[in-house]
Amino acid sequence: MNTLFTYTLRIADSSLILGQRMSEWCAKGPTLEEDIALSNISLDLFGQANGFYEYASQLDGKRSADDLAFLRNEREFFNHQLVEIENGHFGNTTVRNFLHDAFNFLFYTELSKSKDETLAALAAKSLKEVKYHLRHSTNWLIRLGDGTKESNEKAQEALDNIWQFTNELFEMDEIDKKLLTNGIGVNNTELKNQWDEIVNNTLKEAKLTRPEDGYMATGGKRGMHTEYLGFLLAEMQFLQRAYPDAKW
Amino acid sequence: MQNGNTQHIWELLNTVPDPEIPIISVVELGVIRDIIFTDNSYKISITPTYSGCPAVKTFMDDIKSCLKKNDIRNFQLRLVYSPTWTTDWMTNKTKEKLKKYGISPPSNTVVCPQCNSTKTTLVSEFGATACKSLHKCIDCLEPFEHFKCI
Repeated sequence: MNTLFTYTLRIADSSLILGQRMSEWCAKGPTLEEDIALSNISLDLFGQANGFYEYASQLDGKRSADDLAFLRNEREFFNHQLVEIENGHFGNTTVRNFLHDAFNFLFYTELSKSKDETLAALAAKSLKEVKYHLRHSTNWLIRLGDGTKESNEKAQEALDNIWQFTNELFEMDEIDKKLLTNGIGVNNTELKNQWDEIVNNTLKEAKLTRPEDGYMATGGKRGMHTEYLGFLLAEMQFLQRAYPDAKW
Repeated sequence: MQNGNTQHIWELLNTVPDPEIPIISVVELGVIRDIIFTDNSYKISITPTYSGCPAVKTFMDDIKSCLKKNDIRNFQLRLVYSPTWTTDWMTNKTKEKLKKYGISPPSNTVVCPQCNSTKTTLVSEFGATACKSLHKCIDCLEPFEHFKCI
């Protein structure tokens, strides 16, 4: 049960942290339509996170979904490092989201076949939304990469910088392996080929070059994070920390 | 009326409007999946449209107050995720209501709700609410919202 709790929490954490990052775009989007799009995606991610937190809360039996979101420190967060890195400019956000959306699409496709009925249902629900997110980030990546000289250079630079965070998505630790054996979890390593295909095809269309694998970051799933997560949590959790159990 | 008449509950819920598209009820929206009467209480299964749709919390509160106002207190609301909500559950009558309201109903071909033209262009895949996208009619030039198919 502890294993399933951690597994569920990791999914919830990645959705929440990316949702929080996307919410930072609210009222700062490059155009009004895009501002609405980014906020919509943020809302979807918060909703997905909430579903997984509610389930994690049931498994935990002590803490509520809100407790899990607002009362843990960064070492107790198990999201991928990819989702916590700063938004940067619109090109950075587009690249980061595209790389994660492509993973999420494949991950939820597999998780929707899980033997755990709740995870399967939450994954099927999330999948419908993630398909939309992937289409959105794919279209933007192509427009930026195959846009002007400046937009291409910025997208390429973003890709080169963010690439180091992609390997973690496909790692399998003891928790993943145990749940895979039970027919509950997903084989992340097996998703890599399909992810490569999506990424390579899109990068080609976007006239961007796939970076070489160099140093690859790891540790998010074990609670090891970049310095960015602490600042994000400080802002996101401020209200519940300053005014415990505040409701509105 | 606490005698297990689930049909009566369906009728009451059919008076609860969707908070964002008040022209249709939560029943017509297709989010009420099931109402059963066991252990002397109504178990109402509700499915969210989009995971993060803020209307879900609002219409759950609205459902509670509607039932209480009608002296029904023996009920429980349960959020279910499977099967996943789909616009396929919307009846033609509901789609017609949406169209009259100015929202292009879910369909594979987007139709302008003003002039029925199928010559339309997508302005944005995301609209004012999670369930809608923004379009423009090429014939009558009116901008309009389309209820996305999911």
